[in-house]
Amino acid sequence: MRWLARLCMLLPVALLLGAAKAPMLVPDVSQREVVIQYSFTGAELLLFGAIVYPDGRPPDEQADIVVVLKGPDQSITMREKQKVAGVWVNADSARFRSAPSFYAMASSRPIDRIVDDRTAAIFEMGVDKLQLSPASLNDNTEIERFQAGLVDVRRRSGLFVERPGTVEITDGVLYRARLPLSARVIVGDYTAETFLVQDGRVVAAAVRDIVIRKAGFERFIAQAAENWSFLYGLVAIAMAIGMGWAAGAIARRI
Amino acid sequence: MDIYLPIANLSVNALVIIGLGGIVGVLSGMFGVGGGFLTTPLLIFYGIPPTVAAASAATQVTGASVSGVFTHLSRKTVDIQMGWVMVVGGIIGALIGAGLFRLLQQLGQIDTVIAVLYVLMLGSIGSLMARESIQSLIAMRTGARPPARKRRHHPLVAALPMRWRFYRSGLYISPLAPLLLGVATGILTMLLGVGGGFIMVPAMLYLLGMTTQVVVGTSLFQILFVTMATTMVHSLTTKAVDLVLALLLLIGSVVGAQVGMRISMAARPEYLRIILAFIVLVIAIRMALGLGWRPDEIYTVQLQ
Repeated sequence: MRWLARLCMLLPVALLLGAAKAPMLVPDVSQREVVIQYSFTGAELLLFGAIVYPDGRPPDEQADIVVVLKGPDQSITMREKQKVAGVWVNADSARFRSAPSFYAMASSRPIDRIVDDRTAAIFEMGVDKLQLSPASLNDNTEIERFQAGLVDVRRRSGLFVERPGTVEITDGVLYRARLPLSARVIVGDYTAETFLVQDGRVVAAAVRDIVIRKAGFERFIAQAAENWSFLYGLVAIAMAIGMGWAAGAIARRI
Repeated sequence: MDIYLPIANLSVNALVIIGLGGIVGVLSGMFGVGGGFLTTPLLIFYGIPPTVAAASAATQVTGASVSGVFTHLSRKTVDIQMGWVMVVGGIIGALIGAGLFRLLQQLGQIDTVIAVLYVLMLGSIGSLMARESIQSLIAMRTGARPPARKRRHHPLVAALPMRWRFYRSGLYISPLAPLLLGVATGILTMLLGVGGGFIMVPAMLYLLGMTTQVVVGTSLFQILFVTMATTMVHSLTTKAVDLVLALLLLIGSVVGAQVGMRISMAARPEYLRIILAFIVLVIAIRMALGLGWRPDEIYTVQLQ
């Protein structure tokens, strides 16, 4: 219930600031920090907040909310398999400089009914609107093919999520959206962006940061493998020999 | 029971991995092979990244072969001199394998190469074993004694310069032959996470012509040290050894190895060999078909 308290504290401040013409967003997330530990099978994030209108009253025609949760960008190579002499091998490839490792989007209505294509592309609303900055000089259709491949792979592993029509707006001023975090997310800084859309225009936007990190034993192992590789290797070998020897010794007694 | 693997970056069911380690352990105990040839493909099938699968499988093979090595050492059925020559070759091979691994990864062909190597290796060894064990079964049924094999090494081995005496193996050959054999298995260990016992045992028998009694012990001795070296090379270069995954696999496989050893004492070796040949051939055929079938994933993502 900490978020509720925080919201109550923020509301009057937001109301004061809301004296200007444009509406404002006061967003928050259920968890500022997601910790990956021994039985992490994913998490669900609640993104919620308030819409503050200048005159304190929501307009007659309800505005729309779009929330986008993005993970750290990665530089990637996409490879495409083709059948060569009866065997499927990686043939074509394309490089992208900035592909998000995680992308999740929720909106109060389907995106194509909220904004036009151009606006959706500017704010990266939807997996087909991601700006991946292709690094190889292929023609456009090929880039599109690889982009569709990336979206398909990531969608099936739960790293790209689209949930149109799932943002609930209460009384035109409070909104909430749930987005699933896959167990395969990488650690790093994530951003949760919230957009308020009226008549096809984004009238307000706000960002919250979320940190995803490994903790405890998992963090220790990951760091040890990276920083003390030699010692880590020795431990792995010692563990294997010790267990093999112990099992043999016990079996001889039985 | 879900457990998060800190290097593979995903959650797995611990019991499934322990069970998998157990099955591999039983096989390794029964047949005196490391069993890595089963672990790596099964882990990849379960969704673990191929590099992590190969690296952690190597660690598991170390654990599965330890007690076998101790047993053979106490029975004096290890040619330690020959073993060390092969270990040196194996370590050189592991280093070459690490370079190849990186090169193939950059070219994006590592998956195909791994699959093709598996098909070739398992296919040829499986059919060789099947043929031989069927022959010996027929010989056993009819009561005819199998023709005595000319216990001589391959002419190519005899052509190599510089000869050493290997007393336990009953050989006077160039150390280059076992060294090269070691290099080949070292490369395979690094690329596939297999111990290489599959290649070594037939090669030691038919190419080098070693005394049968010391073949299995010496091969286990070499596997033990080469998988140790491979684990180290992997943790230094690919950083893909997952301790949690390796621990789960080890729990299953060290217990399974003991069970397998008991079974092997009770069963007839001819039948064991034919079962192993069958398993190996089935995996080889499945992987060969997999190369030609349309894969589930046409696109793959590789980080830079």
